[in-house]
Amino acid sequence: MNFLDVKDLKIHFPTDDGLVRSVDGLSFGLERGKTLGIVGESGSGKSVTSLGILGLHKGGRARLSGEIWLDGEELIGASSEHVRRLRGKKMAMIFQDPLSSMHPFYTVGHQIIEAYRIHNDVSKQVARKHAIDMLGRVGIPEPARRVDSYPHEFSGGMRQRAMIAMALSCDPELLIADEPTTALDVTVQAQILDLMRDLQREFNSALIIITHDLGVVAELSDDILVMYGGKCVEYGTTEDIFYRPEHPYTWGLLGSMPRLDREPTERLLPIKGSPPSLINVPPGCAFHPRCPYAERTKGKADTEVPALAETEGGHLVRCHLDRAERQSLWENEIKPVLETQ
Amino acid sequence: MVTYIIRRLIGAVAMLIVISMVTFGIFFVVPQWAGATPEALASRYVGRAATPETVALIAERLGFNDPVVVQYGRFVKGLVAGAEYDYGAGVEQCPAPCFGYSFISGQPVWPDLVDRMPVTFSLAIGAAILWVLAGISVGVLSALRRGSFFDRLSMGTALAGVSLPIFFTGMISLVVFSYGLGWTPPGGAWTDFTVNPAQWAYNLLLPWITLAFLFAATYARLTRAGMLETMGEDYIRTARAKGLRENQVVVRHGLRAALTPLLTLFGIDFGLLIGGAVLTETTYTLPGLGQFAILAIRNQDLPQVMGVVLVAAGFVVVASLVVDLLYAVVDPRVRLS
Repeated sequence: MNFLDVKDLKIHFPTDDGLVRSVDGLSFGLERGKTLGIVGESGSGKSVTSLGILGLHKGGRARLSGEIWLDGEELIGASSEHVRRLRGKKMAMIFQDPLSSMHPFYTVGHQIIEAYRIHNDVSKQVARKHAIDMLGRVGIPEPARRVDSYPHEFSGGMRQRAMIAMALSCDPELLIADEPTTALDVTVQAQILDLMRDLQREFNSALIIITHDLGVVAELSDDILVMYGGKCVEYGTTEDIFYRPEHPYTWGLLGSMPRLDREPTERLLPIKGSPPSLINVPPGCAFHPRCPYAERTKGKADTEVPALAETEGGHLVRCHLDRAERQSLWENEIKPVLETQ
Repeated sequence: MVTYIIRRLIGAVAMLIVISMVTFGIFFVVPQWAGATPEALASRYVGRAATPETVALIAERLGFNDPVVVQYGRFVKGLVAGAEYDYGAGVEQCPAPCFGYSFISGQPVWPDLVDRMPVTFSLAIGAAILWVLAGISVGVLSALRRGSFFDRLSMGTALAGVSLPIFFTGMISLVVFSYGLGWTPPGGAWTDFTVNPAQWAYNLLLPWITLAFLFAATYARLTRAGMLETMGEDYIRTARAKGLRENQVVVRHGLRAALTPLLTLFGIDFGLLIGGAVLTETTYTLPGLGQFAILAIRNQDLPQVMGVVLVAAGFVVVASLVVDLLYAVVDPRVRLS
């Protein structure tokens, strides 16, 4: 059994317009010290999944089913109070926008001290020393002075570092980073990603990085899970996803990635259309209205939901096309275009 | 931070100067624009039987023939340093702050105002404590149980509270609790706090509750709206993700942010109230500043009216100054600007 095991996770929200199937049967596992990248467009269910693992949907309107096993404990059936005790200590989260995610009225130090003292019965002085120590470890200069600054007095990159310090303050074994670099300048993004990789090695925690940007997970992840319409459409090692991708949606994501080695005059290869409504998910394969190869399935794509099938070595693909056809499409049509661009 | 405080202090002083000008203008300059002669102004200060010569003499002595600027200067000097009135039959000393003498009683205005302040202060402070506690707790509970029976009941009651005027709820409360059930004393009862604190509170209980009901309604609605907004903020999600208990999330993170905008409103409400709770004091016949103002207006007692207007305006200015300074303590982002 893995350190984290998610089995057939479903997170549905009843609304006046109908049932929103934000996450619809998602399964994956993750070991300590490993990194999983979850990639998809907005509304594919990435963030809802992470909030679901942390138990932040409990008590709300969401309907959860399936199993989440963390270090041998099942979390969906566990009491809210039990999950609350794990939150922040065993599993922690880094959010997208560090300015809105930190309380504007409290100093950065206060917020780290608060996080530390929830789970550790120590005096304020000890917690303060720990907060200064954490700020130093995430690379904030003069931590003893900056600990008394307010979030608005930090730059964007500094704030995200402080957010990481807060998330790591209790040595979590599972760290979920939800778009950790999206709100940051490009120059700062690389620093933050380096920092997260170093800290993960140091703490040997399991790391989930949620992003819409394949570039972010390319260097960091061991495995990548591609989500579409609340479901996993492709899962594999980072090499699988970048060098042997088999799902047309993954091809689209790769084609939408701006790269420095491309001619700037060339167009990207965008995915046509927009993400599906999660209330009226298209029948059959959710991606078929946008898939350029849908007609090759002879009508199967718009009636039958494809199964998530293993091709080889843990590489999973949810597609009606047979494997030989996918491989030949990739080798002959997609790869040459991506490379010449 | 220091420059912020200094700027606010200068602003408050400037506001007081403007208020004194406007008050002075309304009572002494506007009548002249409307055609009133210095003698007409002076006639307000003498008996009905005075001869035209006496009126002219008084007008000269009170300086109504001087330029407006000189008159205003004399008025401000009276407020700051006191004044001397020469009625011909000897010089009368009016110590600072001098608002002049009542037309009716002939007594200086300021000591009369000071006498009435404890009544209004007692009324305002007691009611403020009640309405802040009740309004905020009802607002928070309503927000947390949005759409529940409690939410609907309390917001319905709050709507009634905002809509019903004091002279209605006050009268009803007197009829029911004082004259009907006999639980509380009828209107007009006032005991100073230093004389008998228990009696003081007992006498003021009904006015406190009635006045607090009106304000609590507004505060409950605003607290509810503020809580609904802040509880959806990202930093609330962060607080939960840290593993904080839900009640701590609500109080330390949600309420803290939701209450800040209410501080401004509270400053203005409280400042207005300590300048005279006119309707409440009238309904319960309490001898406070509000009742004083009503009597002064009814008697056309000009110096008293001016006195109570200036004092009430001064309270509002001081209250908003205090709020501005508190704001910097509560919201660190204010200190920068």
